Amino acid sequence: MSKKNLIVIGNGMVGHHFLEQFADTPGAANYHITVFGEEPLLAYDRVHLSEYFGEATHADLALGTADWYRDNHIDLRLNEQVTAIDRQHQRVTTPQGQYPYDELVLATGSYPFVPPIEGNDQPHCLVYRTLADLDAIRASADGVKTGVVVGGGLLGLEAANALKSLGLEAHVVEFAPRLMPVQLDSDGGAVLKQKIVDLGVQVHTEKATQSIVPGGQARLRMNFNDDSHLETDLIVFSAGIRPQDALARSAELVIGERGGIVVNNQCTTSDPHIHAIGECALWEQRIYGLVAPGYTMARTLAACLNGDAEAAFTGADMSTKLKLLGVDVGSIGDAHGQTPGARNIRFNDEAAGHYRRMVISADGKTLLGAILVGDNGPYDTLLQYALNGIKLPDHPETLILPESEGGAPALGPDALPDTAAICSCHNVTKGDICSAIDAGCSDLAGIKSGTKASTGCGGCAALLKNVVDNELEKRGVEVSKDLCEHFPYSRQELFHLVKVNGIRTFDTLIEQHGKGRGCDICKPTVGSILATCWNEHILATDHVPLQDTNDTFMANMQKNGTYSIVPRIPGGEITPDKLIVLGQVAKDYGLYTKITGGQRVDLFGATLSELPEIWERLIAAGFETGHAYGKSLRTVKSCVGSTWCRYGVQDSVGMAIRLEDRYKGLRSPHKIKFAVSGCTRECAEAQSKDIGVIATENGWNLYVCGNGGMRPRHADLFATDLNDDELIRTIDRVLMFYVRTGDRLQRTSVWLENLEGGLAYLKEVILNDSLGLGEELEAHIGDIVGTYQCEWKTVVEDPEKRKRFREFVNDERKDPVQHWVEERGQRRPAATETVEEMA
Amino acid sequence: MSQQKQWQTVCETADLVANSGIAVWTPAGPVAVFYCPDETPSLYAIGHFDPIGNANVLARGIVGDIKGEPVVASPLYKQHYSLLSGQCLEDASVKVPTYAVQLDGDQVQVAVHAGQREECAA
Repeated sequence: MSKKNLIVIGNGMVGHHFLEQFADTPGAANYHITVFGEEPLLAYDRVHLSEYFGEATHADLALGTADWYRDNHIDLRLNEQVTAIDRQHQRVTTPQGQYPYDELVLATGSYPFVPPIEGNDQPHCLVYRTLADLDAIRASADGVKTGVVVGGGLLGLEAANALKSLGLEAHVVEFAPRLMPVQLDSDGGAVLKQKIVDLGVQVHTEKATQSIVPGGQARLRMNFNDDSHLETDLIVFSAGIRPQDALARSAELVIGERGGIVVNNQCTTSDPHIHAIGECALWEQRIYGLVAPGYTMARTLAACLNGDAEAAFTGADMSTKLKLLGVDVGSIGDAHGQTPGARNIRFNDEAAGHYRRMVISADGKTLLGAILVGDNGPYDTLLQYALNGIKLPDHPETLILPESEGGAPALGPDALPDTAAICSCHNVTKGDICSAIDAGCSDLAGIKSGTKASTGCGGCAALLKNVVDNELEKRGVEVSKDLCEHFPYSRQELFHLVKVNGIRTFDTLIEQHGKGRGCDICKPTVGSILATCWNEHILATDHVPLQDTNDTFMANMQKNGTYSIVPRIPGGEITPDKLIVLGQVAKDYGLYTKITGGQRVDLFGATLSELPEIWERLIAAGFETGHAYGKSLRTVKSCVGSTWCRYGVQDSVGMAIRLEDRYKGLRSPHKIKFAVSGCTRECAEAQSKDIGVIATENGWNLYVCGNGGMRPRHADLFATDLNDDELIRTIDRVLMFYVRTGDRLQRTSVWLENLEGGLAYLKEVILNDSLGLGEELEAHIGDIVGTYQCEWKTVVEDPEKRKRFREFVNDERKDPVQHWVEERGQRRPAATETVEEMA
Repeated sequence: MSQQKQWQTVCETADLVANSGIAVWTPAGPVAVFYCPDETPSLYAIGHFDPIGNANVLARGIVGDIKGEPVVASPLYKQHYSLLSGQCLEDASVKVPTYAVQLDGDQVQVAVHAGQREECAA
């Protein structure tokens, strides 16, 4: 069956969410999917747009990756604007060509409304919606003093925050008598205004701008209807949004009176093959300008395209919880008390700047709405009362009173019904979470990846954790930190037992603190701990049975039972003579040869018995083991630095070699990667490493706990302008603290994320020595450095240890199941199917 | 075809590695011999071939127990095989052969059936 064509116009948050949802459904297989994005960038998170003026880049804000689109066979066409829809022939036109569709999804979003003010089209009159808009604002703000945002709503205050973070004196001009008129009442607006003024943003309410003319002191002058005026260097219009319905209009789809593509409950427009979702869609005379309802539409449409006759969009909750300029603002349900008979409870602490209002049904039994300013603490509880119609307590005022005044503690997760929506972005209910737990999920991370809860805006993170912990507890799941069935301890606890009691063998440890024989979880873990504590050879008789095969044979096992060899090449620097040795050895043993990502050479396909012979030759040529097999330091990648590079400001190769030599062989909870860049251009990609060092004019900046791989994480800046010795002392402490407290197979990135107190705490411990551990950590590293031995050298020189490297102890034959084929001039293992044919 | 047990000497005790495995070649193909000096029995022999990873590697796995059952974990994909029955604990349909094993002085002997060779990977 040939596939039908599904075209999505718009690659914003909702368009992307639709694709994510749809790609996961069986129906996706029936379609060839093409998506057009007007912007040159992949869909990104507009909710957190102002972070772009902080540290965030497009990559941080991006919602998906080009790889994801490719893996899901979605043809992603960015920077290609659809200019027309031909409904009769079912095709769309772009400047690049014409594309047929069977089903068309409009996710064109909205555009900022610019009020019709005379002079609003001159330079430095800007809007706030896309990253390109933000770049324009940044350019306009360069070297000037003042910026004005027109519009005191949610987006306007976000924009004011953006101007403030650019160092401008920021003003907000609002037509209504208060800020956030949609979400707040006048008292709430007043508290918010005071808080924002205290933060240095000037707020002008009840001002209508009549004209914008050239200014005297600044670039522009805004004239208001009350004859006052304001001078400013730039103006950002953020006075609301309008649905982007131009394409739909020219295709003569039914459009609402005030704009918006009219859709039914299935998100289908007046043309049965055209659908609209998100801010461009008009449902029951409403445009939803928030992301959660857009996501709900996206899910509905994905279900409809799978033939789900029940799927329907039936409106969405518009409650919001925000932090605007650092001020908490929450608005729930019928915040203005428009329900007939509604009654109010208000709490207003002007001194603290806390305003809370509950709107209660006429019978006093249910919560209809609420407003919070200054502290969103009660938000989650109130939202659950409102959404689920939970009966209010006898004294509902306790829900918003401070606890010192007899306020009730938050609504326990137990009180929530199974239908309670915990995560509204991904529509995950408490029931969904319970099912995931019943299906075997036993930790927060698993719940998050399984249900997607709390992976949207993240606002429900605390509530989710409460629910998960509570449900696990109810099921009698002690949130176990036991390493395995043999040891009722975490890795960190075992480390302490070993260190404090001076335990030097696995047998002693399991006899005193565990039970049974051990297993493939606890043995390597204890092996690693023993290595860190006492640094004895990993193949000492007592330690041999603890090691994973890679450690046992000090090479990396490949799929056919052969091994690969990675000699250490510190900092990636290698002499031609040594390179020739590697080539010659590889040639003599027929080893497949590949350059690794860590600036080393990997030689594949050595059999067990060949390993010691190969290492004999490598050691003779001056190589050392590279520990590519161990949970230990892998490489210190470097760029060429000041010794060659025109831009380098420090000797990055020299530092990389020094670091690699210092930490080589250190056993740790998981592998550790370093990199050193010689200047801020960062060619060594240090910010994706566990330990990243970037040269500055004055020394070195240290970044910690980055990661590439499956879950990339940018390293955090930890200390700046360190000299060589300070750098090494700081790394000594960070590494040792990680090695002592990390969990089994926990990379530094996850370790930091799970460390209570996070980066700030780590800085306290390492830089300010708040635990008084500094000297001990440094001394421990010193011991390890002092007792380093090349593990392979020791083995090659010991005939007893070499005996271990026999394929078959009673026979010199080669392993009969290893089959090889040649590819691109080298040999590789034959695929299983090929082997079967050969057999 | 005879199903007579034949004791084959495969190595000496000095070749064994305590709490770990070694691989030997027998007429029935590659066999993994594990030695746990503090346990009873202290010797186990199972097929060396890992039917899930399709490679001769089981002797190189970590020896331990799962709820008391002595096992070896495949070094390739970490499935556990019972040292007593050869049963894969993660997949009921997968089993590796097991062999009787004994000490005769310092000789380690494995019992293989004549004719067993044809059934095994070699």
